[in-house]
Amino acid sequence: MNKKKSILESNVFYTLIAILAGFVIGAVFLMIAGISPAVAYGKLVNSIFGKPKYLVWTLIYASPLIFTGLSVAFSFRTGVFNIGAEGQFVVGTLAACVLGILVDLPVWLHVPLCVLAAAAAGAVWSLVVGILKVKRGIHEVLSFIMFNWIAFYLSNYVVNLKIIHKEGGGEATKDVLDSARLLFPEGIRKMLGCNAANWGFILAVLAAVLIYVVIEKTTLGYKLKAVGFNSNGALYAGINADGSVLTALGISGALAGLGGAVQLLGMSGRVSQFAGQEGFGFEGITVALIGSSSPIGCIFSGIFYGAMKYGGSKLSMVKAPSEVVDIIMGCVILFIAISQVFRILFSRFGKKEGK
Amino acid sequence: MGKVSHMDESKVVIQMKDIVKKFGDFTANDHINLTVHKGEVHAILGENGAGKSTMMNVLCGLYKPTSGEILINGKEVQFSSPKDAIDIGIGMVHQHFMLIQPFTVADNIILGVEPVKGLVIDHRAAREKVQELSERYGMKVDPDAKVEDISVGMQQRVEILKVLYRGADTLILDEPTASLTPQEIEGLMEIIENLTADGKSVILITHKLKEITACADCCTIIRQGKYIQTVKVDEVNENDLAAMMVGRDVNFKVEKKEMEPGERVLEVKGIHAKDYREVEILKGLNLTVRQGEIVGLAGVDGNGQTELVEVLTGLRKAEAGEVRVLGKDVFNKSPRETFASGISSIPADRQKHGLILEFSNEDNLILQHFEEEPYSQKGFLNRKAIRAHATELMEKFDVRPRGSEGAPAGTLSGGNQQKVIIAREVSNDKELLIAVNPTRGLDVGAIEFVHKYLVEQRNKNRAVLLVSFELDEIMSLSDRIEVIFDGQITGSVAGKDADEKELGFMMAGGRQHE
Amino acid sequence: MDVIIRNIGLLINATLTATPPLLLAALGSCFSERSGVVNIGIEGMMTIGAFTGAVMGLTTGNGWVAFFCAGIAGALLGVIHAAVCISFHADQTIAGTAINFLGPGLAVFLCKALYDNSSDTPAMDPGSKLPKLFEGVFPAGSFWSNVLNVYVVAYLVFVLALICWFVFYKTKFGAHVRAVGEHPEACESLGIDVYRVRYICVILSGFLSGLGGAFVTLATINQFRPNVIVGQGFIAIAAVIFGKFSPEGATKACLLFGLCSGIKTLAGQSNVVSPNLISMIPYIVTILALVLFVGKAHTPAANGKIFVKSK
Repeated sequence: MNKKKSILESNVFYTLIAILAGFVIGAVFLMIAGISPAVAYGKLVNSIFGKPKYLVWTLIYASPLIFTGLSVAFSFRTGVFNIGAEGQFVVGTLAACVLGILVDLPVWLHVPLCVLAAAAAGAVWSLVVGILKVKRGIHEVLSFIMFNWIAFYLSNYVVNLKIIHKEGGGEATKDVLDSARLLFPEGIRKMLGCNAANWGFILAVLAAVLIYVVIEKTTLGYKLKAVGFNSNGALYAGINADGSVLTALGISGALAGLGGAVQLLGMSGRVSQFAGQEGFGFEGITVALIGSSSPIGCIFSGIFYGAMKYGGSKLSMVKAPSEVVDIIMGCVILFIAISQVFRILFSRFGKKEGK
Repeated sequence: MGKVSHMDESKVVIQMKDIVKKFGDFTANDHINLTVHKGEVHAILGENGAGKSTMMNVLCGLYKPTSGEILINGKEVQFSSPKDAIDIGIGMVHQHFMLIQPFTVADNIILGVEPVKGLVIDHRAAREKVQELSERYGMKVDPDAKVEDISVGMQQRVEILKVLYRGADTLILDEPTASLTPQEIEGLMEIIENLTADGKSVILITHKLKEITACADCCTIIRQGKYIQTVKVDEVNENDLAAMMVGRDVNFKVEKKEMEPGERVLEVKGIHAKDYREVEILKGLNLTVRQGEIVGLAGVDGNGQTELVEVLTGLRKAEAGEVRVLGKDVFNKSPRETFASGISSIPADRQKHGLILEFSNEDNLILQHFEEEPYSQKGFLNRKAIRAHATELMEKFDVRPRGSEGAPAGTLSGGNQQKVIIAREVSNDKELLIAVNPTRGLDVGAIEFVHKYLVEQRNKNRAVLLVSFELDEIMSLSDRIEVIFDGQITGSVAGKDADEKELGFMMAGGRQHE
Repeated sequence: MDVIIRNIGLLINATLTATPPLLLAALGSCFSERSGVVNIGIEGMMTIGAFTGAVMGLTTGNGWVAFFCAGIAGALLGVIHAAVCISFHADQTIAGTAINFLGPGLAVFLCKALYDNSSDTPAMDPGSKLPKLFEGVFPAGSFWSNVLNVYVVAYLVFVLALICWFVFYKTKFGAHVRAVGEHPEACESLGIDVYRVRYICVILSGFLSGLGGAFVTLATINQFRPNVIVGQGFIAIAAVIFGKFSPEGATKACLLFGLCSGIKTLAGQSNVVSPNLISMIPYIVTILALVLFVGKAHTPAANGKIFVKSK
């Protein structure tokens, strides 16, 4: 009974149910579309686990998502809702890209410069919203949404600036210089059978551990959580609430900006003109939710989402629309959002059985 | 004003029989009975948490009873929503007003039963009816004023008009005097009198004995969810009622040894401050608290108490004035600085200011000290030291359940939450302890506990400033009582000489007799 | 002089084309937000509406039928949002985020399923689109043609705005919507069914968002593409905030943002200012409005808060 109870109370249990439910609904839509779920899901699994290099690809896809997931999870834990990770990711990418193209430095300087610039850009983008919240009382969710779109158009504007636009290269910038790339040495990449293998995942795991320590073990984490949960109570106890909100948003924004750097310097190498928002930030919300807002959880949920994205991109081979991944993920979010209801249902059910 | 009874004992209008209401495993009402007659004022007496409000929420259709029956005019009824109760003539005036702030008075009164002309709400008809009702029962209101702009007393009249507009024959008033001035209370008594004269019945939920003896015909007492008995008010006195309410004889007096106040700890001079609406609410207030004394600040809610405490604890910036703690200037300093200078406080709202409900109890107990050794070193928390600190304090202050150091504070009962705050603030052992409504919502046992620690601080030669809306509490604890009215201290009496009538007079703005 | 008049005509035309989707979505959002339910899923609802409109236009050949069906599709997402937020007490922002995954995901998924793995629908012929007001009355390209010969819906939306204003402030239902968003407990104690009012508002928001999305595919252009909506749902939300959660305010804000969009279209042709910079204007204006008017705009008190019915 005790063991059962602990299962019924754990977040992981409900998250797994939500994921399962998401897949079931995805299957329903696949069937409606006349595609066998077995074939589609089989292809999905095969594209992730079929070869070792597929797994490497999964981790490459996962890296930026772990960062945006951490960004959102950190904001959840500190009582703000960073729905603006999308915009912070974009400006992070942009900062890394501009410096990666325009500045020529040795590797050991160029990479840190680009990475730090991306983090700073993300942090600034988020801090502006924080200042609006702290100084003018404007709800962060609203301004984040606005800033996402401003970042979106800013990026499209910068991409088309002559100085970095690739001549005749369609709708994208030049490639960043090799000295700014985060790729593994060529030998390792060859060994892994994947030309885009990069340090991103390792950085993401390090970031997750660091954020875990900050949240759980330090006075900084204590302070940020206190303000996040109850800013009035924190203020009463003499904690500077405004400063804490800004710190939390700055860190959260920096994490999203880092995600942008990892995506750009690790994988894409350039910024393209967007037709719609890329969604790394919004996907970060899903990653954070699936990971129960725990930094370590975000590593696993980030890998899960990365796998879904990478596997999903191969679905067209079996004529299945890759958007089934969006449907599944949308449903997963919904089910996690209402997991409280399951919790009550199950606990009632468990109690009756126990009696 | 003498009491006039309009009770018609031949006509029973409401009967509640063996009402049981459970929330999960918790039984809020355990076989409750109630009989109300036409024209009667029937008081329901019980402590906080005794189940009074639950019982009334059952009667007004908000809650469905788990078992038991309700008879209205002899016929059994079953309410599936508040609408059913309203339709049959039962209306409730909630303790926390249920008014739409940006709506006008008239719009609030007609909400849900708007008269319409075609598709459009007929505002003229509504206004006329509101006017007629307010004249008939002597309740002055301005139908076109927005609720957010009118006084608390008028808001209450709007609430009463709201149920009358719906044709209520029985009005349930839940703690109606909680935030009224003595004058407004008198006005309310007159309204009740007008209502019963018109054949309406009034159910009065309260824990104030004086109000019961002043205006009720009968009184039903409930304790811990259980029905105790119904008495005729003429046949009992206040002490009987109190004993029935708490289940034993109550000692209203708090034991205190004689003490000579020492040095001045808190000196407040000429404080001017504005409230959240940017209206001046503190108008040159002066106050002194010395070592070894409890100073009670008596006053009706809204006369500047909240703002004064906020200024003293650094949450609000004052416009002008002087605040000193043991001679040190703490005027307009941050909460952190005022705390460091020697002011510790038990806030009015424990869930908003006192605790981080999501934090564990042990984390709440170091809220002002988490950056100090031994609770943290070089930015890292020392969990062992934090736990040890919590275990010690929670034992000493009897926080239950035992072993809940790691449990979120939100899972504790209200009384135990208050104990956690008191443990923290008292163990800070600062020169001045400010306690704001420290016993609000607590049961009798917990109240005695809180009072004991306030007196203990005083006996340790610390200064205590007690701010409370409960005059009884002020009178039984204070060595000196200062009356606050309209942002100024309007009178000062020694605790042992305090006379309730005179205090009430001063609280309503009357000047002290020299 | 002629050039100026011609350009003004073009600008009005572009504004009248850009405004209806925003205004439809914004009016729906007013109801949802004022009843206390935050709906950031409008973008997703508009996308599913745009898709449904295109598909139904292609299959039925009747613009009006397609338009209506698009509303129904949006309303269905509204039902999901309402159920999750109202009955299951989920966080409204998170639920809205999910809707923004689901709407576009479903639209493109179904599009690929229906049209041989293509993410765009085929183009429809003009007869299947929504009708214009004065087809062939004025010479093509003339000032009056630009101003008056626009889609019927472009004018109807303003009539709708008027109706919404009337419902909001003059009728019983409107009073209940406004009350429920301020103090649901009070409404419950007066016998108003809070859940019912909120369900109606959220579903209405979905319906109108669906119509707004369909205007893009059935009027502005003539097919569905994955990026037809990009950001219009969020601009609609911005307009509602800018317009202080009132139908009349939202209408003005939508006209302003529609004008921005019109300028963008014209500027895009002339290549003077980057259209990307102009596209930022609605968002920047909204931030500025928030900064300048903060405190004056009254957000519904119970907005975004979970309300649990008594039992």
